[in-house]
Amino acid sequence: MAANSKFRKKLVPYLIVSPYLIHLLLFVLFPVVFSVVLTFHKWNIISPMEYVGLDNFARLVQDRLFWKAILNTLVFLAIHIPLQIIIALTLAYFLNQKLFIRGFFRASFFLPVVISGVVVTILWQQLYGFESGLINRALSGLGLGKVEWLTSSKVAMVAIALMATWKNVGLYVILFLVGLQSVPESYYEAADVEGANAWQKFRFITLPAINPMLFMVVILSTIGGFSLFIEPYIMTGGGPLNSTLSAMLYIYKQAFEYYHMGYSATLGIFFAMLVMLVVAVQKYAIENDDE
Amino acid sequence: MKFSKLILFLLLLGAALSFLYPFYWMILASLTPESQIGQLGVIPKELTFSNYTLMFSKIPIWRSLLNSTIVAGCSTLGVLIFGSMAGYSLAKLQFRGQGLLFLLIIFTMTLPFQITLIPNYILMVKFRWVDTMAALIIPALNNAFAILMFRQAFKSIPNDLIDAARIDGCSELRIIFQILWPNIIPSIITVAILTFMNSWNDVLWPLIVIRDEQLMTMPQLVTLFAVGGRAEAQLGVKLASAVLLALPIIIAYAIFQKHFIQSMASSGLKG
Repeated sequence: MAANSKFRKKLVPYLIVSPYLIHLLLFVLFPVVFSVVLTFHKWNIISPMEYVGLDNFARLVQDRLFWKAILNTLVFLAIHIPLQIIIALTLAYFLNQKLFIRGFFRASFFLPVVISGVVVTILWQQLYGFESGLINRALSGLGLGKVEWLTSSKVAMVAIALMATWKNVGLYVILFLVGLQSVPESYYEAADVEGANAWQKFRFITLPAINPMLFMVVILSTIGGFSLFIEPYIMTGGGPLNSTLSAMLYIYKQAFEYYHMGYSATLGIFFAMLVMLVVAVQKYAIENDDE
Repeated sequence: MKFSKLILFLLLLGAALSFLYPFYWMILASLTPESQIGQLGVIPKELTFSNYTLMFSKIPIWRSLLNSTIVAGCSTLGVLIFGSMAGYSLAKLQFRGQGLLFLLIIFTMTLPFQITLIPNYILMVKFRWVDTMAALIIPALNNAFAILMFRQAFKSIPNDLIDAARIDGCSELRIIFQILWPNIIPSIITVAILTFMNSWNDVLWPLIVIRDEQLMTMPQLVTLFAVGGRAEAQLGVKLASAVLLALPIIIAYAIFQKHFIQSMASSGLKG
């Protein structure tokens, strides 16, 4: 009886984690292993799997459209991340003062963050319209020319990056605000006494305080940016001339339009490794910034 | 000093308007006859519900609203229950393999979803779950982030409380849900908001596993409506479907605004 109850006591923790364990095995660990197996096979799900060795990798190396899609995604990140940091930091800096209806400002910056990307994309598709879109109407109202936001292969990805920044920036405003609020007012007062100018105050007091947030913002928006999918899917379908074809959209098409399961799994693994590599490099760069 | 504050205030007001006005315009445009949307300014000349009636006749939007509610509700419930159980066992129990399990959870969090997406779809095919609610709900019942949140929350609770409950003969499950849950309400709210919102707004996974219109989630149905030909390039109708998709979250946000902001900020800070 005593041995039995002791055994049961040992068993209890496993019973309690078992729902998660089963889930983990089934939907995370097995897929990771199976994904690796898939990279060596050609498979359309219906007919039997066919072993093809390293063919999928060879194909990936030569797949110009995939490299274009990666390049497009990097272009998106190169516009989106710096823009987002600058705008978020500026708005957070403004918000970090005692102001009338500050809560209202904060809430309105944050609104697009909680709303579905689908809604935001459908809305902006109209704002970007060439003839009657709100933005072009505003531009011509100011006496400026109309822009082919979604129909020019040079501009379309910029347009998507601007929209994504508008959607996400509110979250980063809040993160920066947390960092800014951690600086005691007395630091700035001391700097004033010493005669520091605005830039010096920003460089030597503000920046060190928000450094951890900066790190977070870069990592979060990198990971989010790499999964860019629904915006080009709805807005442009990857066009014009594949200029907004993101890597994730291309992987989706390979898997669910052409049913190339082995090849798309190969693309998925390669792309995921690229994401992890970029994040690791960013981590390294930011952590060793001071040396 | 006063003057610079005024400038600052006006700048912020301009920024706030640039975030709010597009949504205001969207709601207004969805209520405007198609031919007048192009000239729409701040105040409408004529309001109509025709965009909405046309949309209702084309897509089962109410059905998709129900589907989304069921999927997001079940996922959230699952994440709360299973997440607390796993979080509790990591924080307050001792068992062999605990350290390994913790490492696996961290690994899961850093794993880009692009790796598991395609194998998970194949699993759904093999389980014959494609075009069933199971495909939308069951893979979403656990979440590594939630487990870590709960682990953290349970760690801050003194052991005496748990020991006392055990002496009273409480089972571990009763300890978690009856004794400890009332003490970690803020963490529960955070996990619930994040899980519900992510589930509600997710569109990639539904696009992959659901083809039957009657089972589609709301963002999926609206997406396919917007990119497919059925809106017949009618802007007002597309916008009407987008408004209905946004409305539940806007209402929830209006009520729980502080919780939304705190939850998302804390997920960013911990993630």
